[in-house]
Amino acid sequence: MTDSKYFTTTKKGEIFELKAELNSDKKEKKKEAVKKVIASMTVGKDVSALFPDVVNCMQTDNLELKKLVYLYLMNYAKSQPDMAIMAVNTFVKDCEDPNPLIRALAVRTMGCIRVDKITEYLCEPLRKCLKDEDPYVRKTAAVCVAKLHDINAQLVEDQGFLDTLKDLISDSNPMVVANAVAALSEIAESHPNSNLLDLNPQSINKLLTALNECTEWGQIFILDCLANYTPRDDRESQSICERVTPRLSHANSAVVLSAVKVLMKFMEMLPKDLDYYGTLLKKLAPPLVTLLSAEPELQYVALRNINLIVQKRPEILKHEMKVFFVKYNDPIYVKLEKLDIMIRLASQANIAQVLAELKEYATEVDVDFVRKAVRAIGRCAIKVEQSAERCVSTLLDLIQTKVNYVVQEAIVVIKDIFRKYPNKYESVIATLCENLDSLDEPEARAAMIWIVGEYAERIDNADELLESFLEGFHDESTQVQLQLLTAIVKLFLKKPTETQELVQQVLSLATQDSDNPDLRDRGYIYWRLLSTDPVAAKEVVLAEKPLISEETDLIEPTLLEELICHIGTLASVYHKPPSAFVEGSRGVMHKRLPARTGSGEGTECPDVGNAAGGSAPEAAPSIIPSQGDLLGDLLNLDLPAVLLPLMGAGFGAAPAVMPASLNAPVGGGLGDLFDLGGGVGMPMGAYIPPKTVWLPAMKAKGLEISGTFARRAGVIQMELVLTNKAMSVMTDFAIQFNRNSFGLAPAGPLQVLTPLGPNQTIEVSLPLSTVGPVMKMDPLNNLQVAVKNNIDVFYFSCQYPISMLFVEDGKMERQVFLATWKDIPNDNESQFQIQDCHLNSEAASNKLQGSNIFTIAKRTVEGQDMLYMSIKLSNGIWVLAELKVQAGNPNYTISLKCRAPEVSQCVFQCYEAVLKN
Amino acid sequence: MIGGLFIYNHKGEVLISRVYRDDIGRNAVDAFRVNVIHARQQVRSPVTNIARTSFFHVKRSNIWLAAVTKQNVNAAMVFEFLYKMCDVMTAYFGKISEENIKNNFVLIYELLDEILDFGYPQNSETGALKTFITQTGIKSQSKEEQSQITSQVTGQIGWRREGIKYRRNELFLDVLESVNLLMSPQGQVLSAHVSGRVVMKSYLSGMPECKFGMNDKIVIDKQGKGGEGATGQSIAIDDCTFHQCVRLSKFDAERSISFIPPDGECELMRYRTTKDIILPFRVIPLVREVGRTKLEVKVVIKSNFKPSLLAQKIEVRIPTPLNTSGVQVICMKGKAKYKASENAIVWKIKRMAGMKESQISAEIELLPTNDKKKWARPPISMNFEVPFAPSGLKVRYLKVFEPKLNYSDHDVIKWVRYIGRSGIYETRC
Repeated sequence: MTDSKYFTTTKKGEIFELKAELNSDKKEKKKEAVKKVIASMTVGKDVSALFPDVVNCMQTDNLELKKLVYLYLMNYAKSQPDMAIMAVNTFVKDCEDPNPLIRALAVRTMGCIRVDKITEYLCEPLRKCLKDEDPYVRKTAAVCVAKLHDINAQLVEDQGFLDTLKDLISDSNPMVVANAVAALSEIAESHPNSNLLDLNPQSINKLLTALNECTEWGQIFILDCLANYTPRDDRESQSICERVTPRLSHANSAVVLSAVKVLMKFMEMLPKDLDYYGTLLKKLAPPLVTLLSAEPELQYVALRNINLIVQKRPEILKHEMKVFFVKYNDPIYVKLEKLDIMIRLASQANIAQVLAELKEYATEVDVDFVRKAVRAIGRCAIKVEQSAERCVSTLLDLIQTKVNYVVQEAIVVIKDIFRKYPNKYESVIATLCENLDSLDEPEARAAMIWIVGEYAERIDNADELLESFLEGFHDESTQVQLQLLTAIVKLFLKKPTETQELVQQVLSLATQDSDNPDLRDRGYIYWRLLSTDPVAAKEVVLAEKPLISEETDLIEPTLLEELICHIGTLASVYHKPPSAFVEGSRGVMHKRLPARTGSGEGTECPDVGNAAGGSAPEAAPSIIPSQGDLLGDLLNLDLPAVLLPLMGAGFGAAPAVMPASLNAPVGGGLGDLFDLGGGVGMPMGAYIPPKTVWLPAMKAKGLEISGTFARRAGVIQMELVLTNKAMSVMTDFAIQFNRNSFGLAPAGPLQVLTPLGPNQTIEVSLPLSTVGPVMKMDPLNNLQVAVKNNIDVFYFSCQYPISMLFVEDGKMERQVFLATWKDIPNDNESQFQIQDCHLNSEAASNKLQGSNIFTIAKRTVEGQDMLYMSIKLSNGIWVLAELKVQAGNPNYTISLKCRAPEVSQCVFQCYEAVLKN
Repeated sequence: MIGGLFIYNHKGEVLISRVYRDDIGRNAVDAFRVNVIHARQQVRSPVTNIARTSFFHVKRSNIWLAAVTKQNVNAAMVFEFLYKMCDVMTAYFGKISEENIKNNFVLIYELLDEILDFGYPQNSETGALKTFITQTGIKSQSKEEQSQITSQVTGQIGWRREGIKYRRNELFLDVLESVNLLMSPQGQVLSAHVSGRVVMKSYLSGMPECKFGMNDKIVIDKQGKGGEGATGQSIAIDDCTFHQCVRLSKFDAERSISFIPPDGECELMRYRTTKDIILPFRVIPLVREVGRTKLEVKVVIKSNFKPSLLAQKIEVRIPTPLNTSGVQVICMKGKAKYKASENAIVWKIKRMAGMKESQISAEIELLPTNDKKKWARPPISMNFEVPFAPSGLKVRYLKVFEPKLNYSDHDVIKWVRYIGRSGIYETRC
């Protein structure tokens, strides 16, 4: 006998025929008819017209027929509430049946009939069934309470079913306990503050006992419920963990994941130095790995959860990299998730293996997967600094394959690598530029344009490259247009002479021919900046960008904590809190990990941030504060507002004002060479650079400022020469510095007491302190200055020799020197050549001493003098140096070691300047 | 919890539709069909969210099973339930196919009513279900029978009923292992593991208490001084999971495996090992590109186990590029054929003894193409079956105690068999 024939009846008048069959006297025929009705119902046909006829078949002792009728009832009762009442009697009668299977069936089905009138009749039978002698009926009745609560919550409370349900938690049958727990948990979810589940050590103990005895599903209900409990202290927490860990060996993955959830949560409360804590960590790894040999769908759920676990506690799986290697036959969703976890687990120890795998994946067929693999290589470079070079060369190999999407993806990640390691891998730019034509995706085009703009000074034909993009400007996506605009402005600021036309072209394209307000606004801002104050434009547009870090793709910690509380559930699969995808009141409650309330010392809080793995470098790359507020700082002088030229007819020509050569010495120092005698009082004389023009008269309405810096008797001085080249008298001088790398600030007001007449010159010496606000500048020794007089405010920037920051007590003990030299990592060492210096080591040493560069020891090896020197900067940074001087060779080699390697370049410049003057 | 469960055929027609919760409407059935079954793209995830409704699906041949929910359900549980559902259906009517489902739809509805209540999975052990969901029309059971059924379904030992009697007490243990390997072209093991199962078929009377022992390193080391461990080598088990009949807390505490088995067949244990795996075969590939239109492939396989043992059903699958126009193969042993539809050369050897080696060489002619995409060079995969456990696992004992009935451990006839099969056994080339 086959039932498939029921699916094929599609002739007309079918309903009518069925009606006749349902009312037939023969039992067999009746049953056949009901089967046909159910089949029609399944495929979506409306058979509600048969309601009375089907309900008539209900009174039967044939259990199979009864179940079919009940199935029909559950589907259509809601659309025929009045007729559904007809069924009530049978239900009530069935609830009294001697056969427990029938009693349970009746109470189960009744709960599924969502008609108010029926629910009233349900209460009495349900009350009886909750106390039935047969556990099968009780476990069914327990779930029925949850059903009834879903229909009419008030009724359930009024009838006192909740208390009966609570009693069932102490039932002798484990399955009854499990279903009661499930029902209570669900009801509690819609009453967040009801304390319905009232978990206390006694009830927890009952649950843990039932856990060992009930079905796999029951274990899941109990474990999920346990996860909501917060133990009183670490001892209780540990004892629960001990009783939950055996579940990790269950064949059912859901039991394992729910147990992992409980353990991950309760572990928060254990002190880290506890032996048990370490044991528990070790116990968690194997079951998680085993989940990966389950069916692919479960693997997917497991991987999504492992992704969270690895972020929370990377130590658990740090040695298990290999199991996340992608298999050729894995479904794509498993492959993509595995890749994600591989990146999370990548560390210096396993990076070689990981890279070899990623390279393999990048040659696969699935485009999404390949892209992600390429992106992963980039993320490895950013995460594991030691591997950056290997990653870059792998990416270059991939670019050589010329597979279009691989190339594009590689360029996008190389841009990120540049932002993480500036000035390190720019040699690859040439290779990137070769692939310019093949880029057709906006993200890749934008990345390439960013690279060209950022490194415009090193790319000979940067203007041609950018110009080629400009031709189809209006067809580009916004992302590319914005990037192109910025890149060309950068190019202009770097190579102003050749690119004037280009910048005007892009500005007019962006401001006049575009409908996009973002693009227009950015265009106008650049235009205004360039026409008003090219120096400021340079500061703004070419500002140093903050480094990017690998943390950017981590889940935000509070969300992560919440998701850890939802391990195994949909929330952990979506990586979203339940409130993001569940409607109504359920899931609104945010779960939190418990705080550690140990019985011992209680101050240490659960560390979340430090969990980032042992491989994280101690001194994380400093993230530099944005320089965006630069303008605000300078304008903070409390002076009359600066006049901005209004946009007008002549505006188009405005960008022609050149910001170039501001810092360059104009006219070679104006004979200020004589001023060298300034250092007379000192035996050897600290090096003082010649004065240079900082602010030319044409830029400052006739005020010319030139100057230099000096260190005299421990005091840093800025020596200024102010010349009035205008026709009117200048008064009311004031000066202010922007925040800078070493906190330089004027120690007093600018002493210009008499008005400065036309063609008059005055020399002022301004003592400086090093206690001002600090901000890292590029170059490091850059100083931005604002000078005010009665006419206007003027801005200029100048560079000071870092030697004036070398303090007098910079001589290090020999022993300390040795230890420090060893202590500073080799990565921080930089080597330079000083050419054409004709001093012997003795003279060099003396000369350097004058500038507070102290020679600590001297060693001669094979005709080569090695001088060991130390320097201390005003902000306490020590620089150690090793100078190699070979007799007869005018080229010195100098190695500098410092904990802040950024200063090395400046220090070297000082050596060069001091030794050559 | 699960709000509804649908079964579709490959065209997306509904075969079974059971709704458990009010928040799931009829349109959910169509949403899944349109967005997943009829979707143009390959399936990107087994969990799909459509209009705040989540769909979990698994596929068996061309049948789709989908569970639907609007709540934050335990996702792992839903998938475990769907697999269980497949197992139960298979146990009742064999292969899951459109025909079988249509033929048994009344039974399936009855099962769904029993094993899922308001979306909460209930006892789904086939052994127990078969005692009261029979489809033969209910005969009036005696009161004792009824209470026996209900106590079994809800009881602590839900997987076994009382009062089983066999004339001959017998049990079979199969140690089934699949050995997985990923090897680099240079012969370096990138990853290797064995996933094994101990399958037990028991025909034992009463409620027998069983105890299973194997050469688990932790146990052997503990007994170390007893001299018992000297009989063979022990193995390090990375992790193992057990059938729900095994007392997990006892295993956790003493690492002993004790249980009352279900009647008939059950998967007692699954385990995973990664250390000291015997890799039965080694594949040595050599691929040479001769110009743009020819490939020369040479593959050597070496068997690495006792010469007295025989491996069977050996199959080596050598992938060929998509633009292959012709293949010439020479092999010393077995048969090799180029299968254009599978883009592979399939080399089959019926039997091969241990410590032997065999070789195949092929010349592959390629059509010139201007396709820039390089051929991805899928790995060479292998299938085989060997009569030993590659992990080195040995069954030490399986003791049976039934205190109430008068048969002892010695009266039980026991059979043990070891089969090692290839899992994903791949060598990159």
